[in-house]
Amino acid sequence: MTTKLFGERVQRREDLRLITGQGRYVDDLGNGALAAAFVRSPHAHARIRDIDVSAALDVDGLVAIYTWEDLPERVRDPLPLLIPHPALTHGRTAYPLAREIVRHVGEPVVMVVARDRYLAEDAAALIEVDYEFLKPVVGIEEAAQGAHLVHQDVPGNAGAHLVQEVPSPQGLGAGEAIDAAPHVLSFRLDFERSASMPLEGRGVYARWDADDRSLRVFSSTQTSTSVRMAIASKLGLPLPSVEVIAPDVGGGFGVKIVHPWPEEVLVPWAAMLLGQEVKWIEDRREHFISSAHERGQVQHVRVGFDDQGHVLGLDVTILHDHGAYTPYGIIVPIITATQLLGPYRIGAYRVEFTSIYTNTVQVTPYRGAGRPQGVFCMERTMDRIAAHLGLDRTEVRAANFIQPDQFPYDQGLIFQDGRPLIYDSGDYPESLRMIKELIGWDGFAALKAEAEARGRRLGIGIGCYVEGTGVGPYEGGHVQVTSDGRVHVSTGLTSQGQGHETVFAQIAATELGVPLDKVSVVTGDTRRFGYAVGTFASRAAVMSGNAIALACRKVRDKALRIAADALEADPRDLEIEDGVVHVVGNPGASIPLGTVAVLSNPLRYAFDEETKRATQFSGVASMDRPPVDEGEEPGLEGRDYFSPVRSTFASGMHAAIVETDPDTAEIRILRYAVVHDCGRLINPMIVEGQIHGGVAQGVGGALYERMVYDGHGQLLNASFMDFLMPYATEVPYIETAHLETPSPLNPLGIKGAGEAGVIPVSAVIASAIEDAEGITIDRMPISPSDLHELRALAAS
Amino acid sequence: MKPSAFDYHAPRSLGETLEILAGAGPHGKVLAGGQSLIPLLNMRLAAPSHLVDINRVAALDTVSVEEGGVRVGALARHAAVERSSSVARAQPLLRAALKLVAHPVIRNRGTVVGSLVHADPSAELPAVLTVLDGSVRLARHAGPVREVPAAAFFTGPLESAVEPGELAVSAFFPSLPPRTGSAFCEVARRHGDYAMAGAAAVVSLDEDLRIASARVACVSVGPVPVLLDVSEVCAHRPAASVDWAAVARDVRDRIDPEGDIHATAAYRRHLTGVLAERALRIAAQEAADERAEETSHG
Repeated sequence: MTTKLFGERVQRREDLRLITGQGRYVDDLGNGALAAAFVRSPHAHARIRDIDVSAALDVDGLVAIYTWEDLPERVRDPLPLLIPHPALTHGRTAYPLAREIVRHVGEPVVMVVARDRYLAEDAAALIEVDYEFLKPVVGIEEAAQGAHLVHQDVPGNAGAHLVQEVPSPQGLGAGEAIDAAPHVLSFRLDFERSASMPLEGRGVYARWDADDRSLRVFSSTQTSTSVRMAIASKLGLPLPSVEVIAPDVGGGFGVKIVHPWPEEVLVPWAAMLLGQEVKWIEDRREHFISSAHERGQVQHVRVGFDDQGHVLGLDVTILHDHGAYTPYGIIVPIITATQLLGPYRIGAYRVEFTSIYTNTVQVTPYRGAGRPQGVFCMERTMDRIAAHLGLDRTEVRAANFIQPDQFPYDQGLIFQDGRPLIYDSGDYPESLRMIKELIGWDGFAALKAEAEARGRRLGIGIGCYVEGTGVGPYEGGHVQVTSDGRVHVSTGLTSQGQGHETVFAQIAATELGVPLDKVSVVTGDTRRFGYAVGTFASRAAVMSGNAIALACRKVRDKALRIAADALEADPRDLEIEDGVVHVVGNPGASIPLGTVAVLSNPLRYAFDEETKRATQFSGVASMDRPPVDEGEEPGLEGRDYFSPVRSTFASGMHAAIVETDPDTAEIRILRYAVVHDCGRLINPMIVEGQIHGGVAQGVGGALYERMVYDGHGQLLNASFMDFLMPYATEVPYIETAHLETPSPLNPLGIKGAGEAGVIPVSAVIASAIEDAEGITIDRMPISPSDLHELRALAAS
Repeated sequence: MKPSAFDYHAPRSLGETLEILAGAGPHGKVLAGGQSLIPLLNMRLAAPSHLVDINRVAALDTVSVEEGGVRVGALARHAAVERSSSVARAQPLLRAALKLVAHPVIRNRGTVVGSLVHADPSAELPAVLTVLDGSVRLARHAGPVREVPAAAFFTGPLESAVEPGELAVSAFFPSLPPRTGSAFCEVARRHGDYAMAGAAAVVSLDEDLRIASARVACVSVGPVPVLLDVSEVCAHRPAASVDWAAVARDVRDRIDPEGDIHATAAYRRHLTGVLAERALRIAAQEAADERAEETSHG
């Protein structure tokens, strides 16, 4: 039986639990806890004149009502601005409960605690808040004009403004390069809002132990370690007295990396104050109006190019709508601005964004995190150039590719982690060859003509992207082998269904030479591992995967040292296979890893047959050395960290064939193909699963999902009735092919894969619809109704 | 999203149900499949003080093919009606429409009569009842039973002729006359969603296979299903020589849809024309096929 599991299509070990209802989500815990509910602002912009709770006081089962006035110091302060950036000159965050002004529908105003959620909602419904209406600021361009302000001290509603500029090799600025180019195009693009929309919303459950003054918090979060630090800081507790656990989490997709949410501070605070367990589970309406959205941007593009389609200069001006607050800084527009260039090496580039406040839900990263907008911009530009020159769309792309021998390739920009944007590896021409072959690009013209003869309208589209993955600063891994031969792996970052229990176990099993079923994995539990950053930016496999591999190598070295002593052999002659250390070429001379674990921990007391071997009279120890050698520690365990110098860059290309109905304007995806390169694959099946999920969300963003705000700042489609996420019936079969260009930046040679699937989908679908219809597509998503209107416009 | 408090009633017989409903008056609400009501309760958009659960009233769980049509009891689930082959023979439009109602899990629970009483103008079944000239039977405690025709049953968006204290006990879907075909065509944003536009069509041919009568009930274009008789535009021609573009135009001219976040009014008008034409053509073809079958058997 082989223990080489890295790269194998191992079935997901977590699935049996998750799909048979055995998962343990926050709401499965704390059934006896008090329930919290929130009174949230029904207005987008208003001043709170008065809060009258008197009617609610009669509700039987009411425990407490809190407004901002009731909160103690620190708890009452504005929530932290997590990622300060010098360009974010006017960063603003919300108070945990509104203080005086509400700035979006859904902002929490009053917290109610009651015996159960029904009663808490009854009481909340009886609380009367008297509001004085203020002018709501809605719509990115209206907001940018600054006639009315979201924050009185933020002129023009501009939270941040950033320009990055890379001159051409000849030293020309983008403006000059464009002006000097043989061909120039300029156009505007629009990208609407969507949201992460995990199946499980947010949720917090807190238990205060008054006897030892410690707090245990379960939160549906993407970062338990950082939530822990935030809670300890807000509540003035010593860090060791706070534990935060992310149990099973039903999806995150970015929204749960934001922290601490108001509820993550208020629920533990109330639990401490009341001396009782308190739980809050977000409902779907709350998720729509009080968590976070993403994507909304307006882009103005100017591009200059030559007869072959080489981009000589590109100038992009972006208006980014970040909603009412900026707790997560300006990561999203930075990523748009810097990842926009994709696999291309262009002449000169200038990008400028202004990040704008509006009276809407805050905008924070959602899977793809600004890249879908950037890729939409670049790929629409490539298609426009091709159309202008009458060239094949793939030719124009190929003309601009960075070539395989040009890595590492420095784009000359500063990335989201503050480090230079240097691509580590890739092979874009090969990727293009593969995607063209997979979708049948060259044979499509015939297919299209044949369909047209039968009254059907087909189109083909393509989109390319590069994705910075595995951003720092670090992650760690701890690996312990116990005397039963089991391997316990823990890492601090959290899991939301990605398959970490499987891939981290594959890595550990491969590194240590043990069977997979001997390995267990714990993530996101600060009791097991306290140092971590979190799960976002397609970083878990790269960061924790490598950290776990490094920790395993430490354990392996130690195991070989101890086993060498026991077997009286040279450690270099040993190998571990199937959980047993043996001398190469002499299978008889062997010792199980569990026994090595026993020997690693010199004992005074024997508590079972196994441990007798490690006690002081067992005769195994050398009398010349201390039982624990200098530089050693008892136990067969190891801890290590991985902290890369910079991000690693995955890439991919998607292509699709769509059919549009000439009469009903319905849009159907007939085929969808993906070529994906995330370096070495730990588990191709899990990577494909990630791609499928990403493409499904991409299809949502391309054809279905919008956040429809009216002029008053009311979200008109805050339910699954009207916010349309694709069902399985709307998601096409996805054909995938893998390319593996290893990353030189980490020991395992891997790159991130979590977000990839979603990134180019809007660009691809727009490209395909444009090809089918012959109508320029410059905004996404697009619905049949939109297409009908575009046809009418084109006909008139 | 928890409902406000209500008294829950679980009667075992029709008589008991009607008695409770009479007592509850305007504060009572009937729970059958609950596919629309439960979300409304949870979002506190509906807050009845009495919820009358009829799921234990076995006498209402009936689907029967009667003389001249299909009668569906108040507890009959969409799935049961959809799967019944005798119903499909007696009134094929029911199965055709039910396939388009939401998703299988919802159809396993939701009821046909519940859908009618919910009276959503975007739903399929109100259009089916309308185009077939069906009716709904209403009963009340110590009062007469009323048989309300479709034309009078749907009174507005989410409003029906059911009065406080009344229970819709069954619905009747008449069978089609000879040489008659039917079809349901719709376009929804996603599979199983309420349609942006749709049309239930019934076309009858005369002995010479000319169109004698052609009607469509359109969904999502008005406060109630909009019934249009297009027989005149079909001009008593055989289906193959009807000016279908004129029929679609006529449909578009006679409706006044509103726009919403999923479809503009103009698109909805256009789409309704396309779908009405499609449904009518399929119905006419089906009528002709049936005629052909009749002849071959005759």
